[in-house]
Amino acid sequence: MSKFGDWINKRFPAREMMREHMTEYYAAKNFNILYYTGSLLLLMIVLQFISGFFLMAHYVPTSQDAFNSVQGIMYDTRWGWLIRYMHVDGVSLIFILLYLHMGRGLLYGSYRNPRELLWIIGYVIYIMMMGEAFFGYILPFGNLSYWAGEVITSIIHAVPIIGPPLTTLARGGAGVGTATLERFLALHAVLWFMIIAALIVLHILALHQVGSNNPDGIEIKNLKGPDGVPVDGIPFHPYYTVKDTFGVAIFLTIFAAIIFYAPTMHGVFLERTTFFRANPMVGLPDVTPPWYLAPYYAMLRAVPNKYFGIALMMLAIVLPFFLPWLDRNPVRSSRYRPVYRWMIYIMGATFFMLAYIGELPPLPKYFFLERMGAAVYIGFYLLLPVISSFEPTRTPPTRVRS
Amino acid sequence: MTKIEQDKEGQTNLGRRRFLTAATSVVGVVAVGAIGATLVDSLEPTAADAAAASVVVDIEPIEPGMQLTIPWQKKPVIIVNRTPAMLATLKKLESDGVLKDPLSHVPQQPPYCENTYRSRKPEWLIMVRICTHLCCIPHYRPKKASVTASWLGGFHCPCHGSMYDLSGRVMKGSPAPHNMAVPEYQFSGDGKTVTITDMFPKAHLC
Repeated sequence: MSKFGDWINKRFPAREMMREHMTEYYAAKNFNILYYTGSLLLLMIVLQFISGFFLMAHYVPTSQDAFNSVQGIMYDTRWGWLIRYMHVDGVSLIFILLYLHMGRGLLYGSYRNPRELLWIIGYVIYIMMMGEAFFGYILPFGNLSYWAGEVITSIIHAVPIIGPPLTTLARGGAGVGTATLERFLALHAVLWFMIIAALIVLHILALHQVGSNNPDGIEIKNLKGPDGVPVDGIPFHPYYTVKDTFGVAIFLTIFAAIIFYAPTMHGVFLERTTFFRANPMVGLPDVTPPWYLAPYYAMLRAVPNKYFGIALMMLAIVLPFFLPWLDRNPVRSSRYRPVYRWMIYIMGATFFMLAYIGELPPLPKYFFLERMGAAVYIGFYLLLPVISSFEPTRTPPTRVRS
Repeated sequence: MTKIEQDKEGQTNLGRRRFLTAATSVVGVVAVGAIGATLVDSLEPTAADAAAASVVVDIEPIEPGMQLTIPWQKKPVIIVNRTPAMLATLKKLESDGVLKDPLSHVPQQPPYCENTYRSRKPEWLIMVRICTHLCCIPHYRPKKASVTASWLGGFHCPCHGSMYDLSGRVMKGSPAPHNMAVPEYQFSGDGKTVTITDMFPKAHLC
């Protein structure tokens, strides 16, 4: 062991990396259930990569054969249904985990100085994930894929001057067809995935530079023992690796239960219209995005003007980037900021209400809720600098509560 | 938390800790192994591919002395309707002792074809037309003296000169090691068609 280990370590800093990122990376001892989401997201990305590899081994990216090849995966390929549902349900689980992961960041002020870059890299990963999900969504070339491709690429069309040529570039032609599938597959499986993987590495490196936050939002590095180890910190390995392994076991049980018993989650994880062949002559009863993109879609629909609707949606997507500078309060964690905590709860509930409305048919009777939701969501960010300046706070403890 | 405390705690629960580590590892390995085997299995040919892999050939139009070569699983399969004169050459070559494996002991054919004719019915030869030397397609040379002066009819490989008789049995002096492979097949009840199903698993193609 050690002789081989010495040989390796002379040539590769394996032990050093293990120490730096695992055995001597100290995290606060009061992590709660929300702190499983990071490691579970990492696991899910790896699982998506594996299931994606096996799907791609059977997939044909042409407008003639794409739908058939996916049906072949479902009905002919051995275990193909399992692999496809792993991949499809994996997307929804990733977004559930992402929203919990980001919600945790909001609740405990994990985006605050010195973790601004960590938050921004993470938010870029989230936006990249939306793109990755969209590209993947088109590939099975069901009728929903076709119309989603048409609608989303026509959003690019609204960009002044460069929009129309960009739309043609994205589609590879006048409409969504073989060229679109070929380049979307290349984007989905190569470029976008590589960028996301690289960003995840950057995200973890940035995290390990500044250290993990904790539910109390206090810096454990400020109180170190005589050995230089934070008194409220425990080494990531073995403590959190073991805890995360437990989380993985529970999570995979839930994942398997979804795949086996509710793989389409009653049309939420996989919409019914994906089971019909792409047909440019037949539109859909209603074109709604997957649930994880629906909040933005609801905001898009809130304004009955193409350009302003898109602008509102873009604003909603961009605002969280500025969160580290919008929050002016010296206290980080919402545990000690009751007003901020309720703002997060209301904003979160609004976000999921918008997701629900985004899945409903686009009728004028929902305008009020859509506009209210958009106002609350955007209002959260715009009011935060004001409210956080004078909101009442309690004094956070000097040691983490365990 | 100091190092000493950790050690004390570790020692008191060492047995339980080892059990939990072992149990988690075993279950983890089983789970990873099961999903891994499943994923690799997905790359196997599908049942649809397997169904498309068997071919039904109408052999009625093939007159005595004629042959038909058809593609089967992307390989050429020759179907020869051998005349009594052609069948007689097989016995002669067998007694002359010029064949490497006259009794077809090497399992290059299903057990029901382990005979002089290497077939279910003497007149019908159904064989993968691939030289066992380096995968070339041998020429069909049924006429006497068409390859050498003593040639009685058979297959001659254009690549490295391997010679086979009309049962696809390789002759001594050829670079090819084995007789040509015979796939699994069956005739229909009326004998008008033959269905070529699978490769005989033990057969060595080239």
